[in-house]
Amino acid sequence: MPIKTYRQAINEAMAQEMRQDSTVIVIGEDVAGGAGCDGERDAYGGVMGVTKGLFPEFGESRVIDTPITESAIMGAAAGAAQTGLRPIAELMFMDFLGVCFDQIYNQAAKFRYMFGGKAQCPMVVRTMAGAGLRGGAQHSQNLTQMVTMVPGLKVVCPTNAFDAKGLLITAIRDNDCVIFVEDKFLYETSCEVPDEMYTIPFGEANFLREGTDVTIVGISNTVNKALAVADRLAAEGISCDVIDPRTTSPLDEESIIESVEVTGRLVIVDEMTPRCGLAADISSIVAEKAFGSLRAPIMKVTAAHSPIPFAPALEDAWMPQESDIEAAVRAVLGYTR
Amino acid sequence: MSLDKKQFLQAYRTMRTIRDFEYRVSDEFGKGNIPGFLHLYAGQEAIATGMCMNLSDEDYIVSTHRGHGHCIAKGGDVGDMMKEIMAKQGGSCAGKGGSMHIAAVEKGMLGANAIVGGGPPLIVGAALSAKTLATGSVGVSFTGDGGSNQGTTFEAMNLAVVLQVPAIFMFENNGYGEGTAAGYAVGSKDIASRAAAFGMPALKVDGADIFETYETCKKAVDHCRSGKGPIAIEASITRFRGHFEGDAQQYRGKGEVKRLMKDLDCLKIASDIAIEKKLATKAELKKIDKEVAAYIDEAATAALAAPSPDVSELLTDVYSSAY
Repeated sequence: MPIKTYRQAINEAMAQEMRQDSTVIVIGEDVAGGAGCDGERDAYGGVMGVTKGLFPEFGESRVIDTPITESAIMGAAAGAAQTGLRPIAELMFMDFLGVCFDQIYNQAAKFRYMFGGKAQCPMVVRTMAGAGLRGGAQHSQNLTQMVTMVPGLKVVCPTNAFDAKGLLITAIRDNDCVIFVEDKFLYETSCEVPDEMYTIPFGEANFLREGTDVTIVGISNTVNKALAVADRLAAEGISCDVIDPRTTSPLDEESIIESVEVTGRLVIVDEMTPRCGLAADISSIVAEKAFGSLRAPIMKVTAAHSPIPFAPALEDAWMPQESDIEAAVRAVLGYTR
Repeated sequence: MSLDKKQFLQAYRTMRTIRDFEYRVSDEFGKGNIPGFLHLYAGQEAIATGMCMNLSDEDYIVSTHRGHGHCIAKGGDVGDMMKEIMAKQGGSCAGKGGSMHIAAVEKGMLGANAIVGGGPPLIVGAALSAKTLATGSVGVSFTGDGGSNQGTTFEAMNLAVVLQVPAIFMFENNGYGEGTAAGYAVGSKDIASRAAAFGMPALKVDGADIFETYETCKKAVDHCRSGKGPIAIEASITRFRGHFEGDAQQYRGKGEVKRLMKDLDCLKIASDIAIEKKLATKAELKKIDKEVAAYIDEAATAALAAPSPDVSELLTDVYSSAY
């Protein structure tokens, strides 16, 4: 099977869907790049090159470069989705949610319900999140929790190239507004990705490693960190279940609960701030539904409650690290009443 | 003369339907039969009517929190609307929208929007669909003078010009954004010229005159249909009621509302012109008035008698499929 990067997998999912469905369009800032310039078109293909090559193949009517105008991009995508297109709108950095959130959570997310089931909004918002690239406080955040809390939205956080392709195809074919959160640390990572099209259903967690001592749930790239920790601890005879929910809305609560029923211990890792985040949310679900199975308090490994700092020393301290995950696993294992 | 006899009578009937609908829901609100907030379109009827007469079901509109008139003019079912506003079964939005989210999606009325300035970006998208799919449809966003100041509206106008989509930005300047005068809040004092600065033609019209409004809207729709990109209209008009029902309107001048209702009543202006130009007789208009009154009464009576939505519907239609 061919090896592809996360970036290539996402690009391939869009290209294949666009070939078979002429209503799929891509719209955003520099999704091609070079509009109105003297140099080359498709100069960027998105700031991270994820949409590169779509413009030459599908042309300017389906790969639409916009001004820097996030509210209008999201609103136009939502209006287009209500009227026959299936837009893939790019929100360059997830931090920019702040300048367009109304069009997503008050408009796109609510059409179907607010209009009594008579409207639909089949759009995908592709966005890039994740700290560690020294992007500072406004180019680094993962705001998955903010979109996960909105009824009407679905939220996808692929953690490897294989999942990214299958989940994006599912997202494009879905009739609701889907927020597709790409972790910018993963674009260069690769794995086997089939050339043919395939879908991965929403709401089905992926068991990356099966174990009996501790359940570790990770969101976005933290799941890969959890996996590395679990691999190391296995050498000491500590056996971890590592679960990647793959979608935070819908969330596969059942798989997490089943795992906790076996291990009795839960560590949740996410790269979001600690209050009202995914770790807090999953923690409350397990406390409510699997309290009797718990043999230790649930441990959350999250970022710090502060804006994301710039200096590498500070940012590294802000982010959840493998050492933090390992410490949490050891803490739940060592817990005695 | 822009409207012929048949068109005029249709326009008059639509305007009368909106007026009677609004006064009836105002009465029912006063009697406690309508929960929530109501923002009435009374006084502005000629604008929705003049625009929507130039549109078909394949054209799209988005509206504001003051959206009943747009919905009726676009062909929304008055009975279903009455039920929706009274929070009854069989309502246009199954009881999940209400007055501020009234919609007739099947008629191209994509929804009233209670976020001021929420609609213009959406209509750019609807117009983008029309352009990309080459359907020949146009999109119209109805926005007030209040919404004209929102950043979303500026972004939408710019993007519409950049993408050259068939979008019409209809600004209904009724003089007030809630309790603040447009003369204070619109920095440029002139919504049309501000729209023109984005790079599209912008027209101005007396929104109380159905003949002029129809003609101006026709120009705008023709402009869009012929592929010339977006266009804006500023229609001056007045609001007969407060921002919301129950608004004491202390911000309005002494006798102002009374004077405006006398001088700028689009129904009276329409009747006077039509009778003078022999487009209609007093008897014909009276007959329409009577028919509309019965129609609205029937809708209201049916809505009053209808049951509340079933609580089992609470979680339906959040998503397109099982969640």
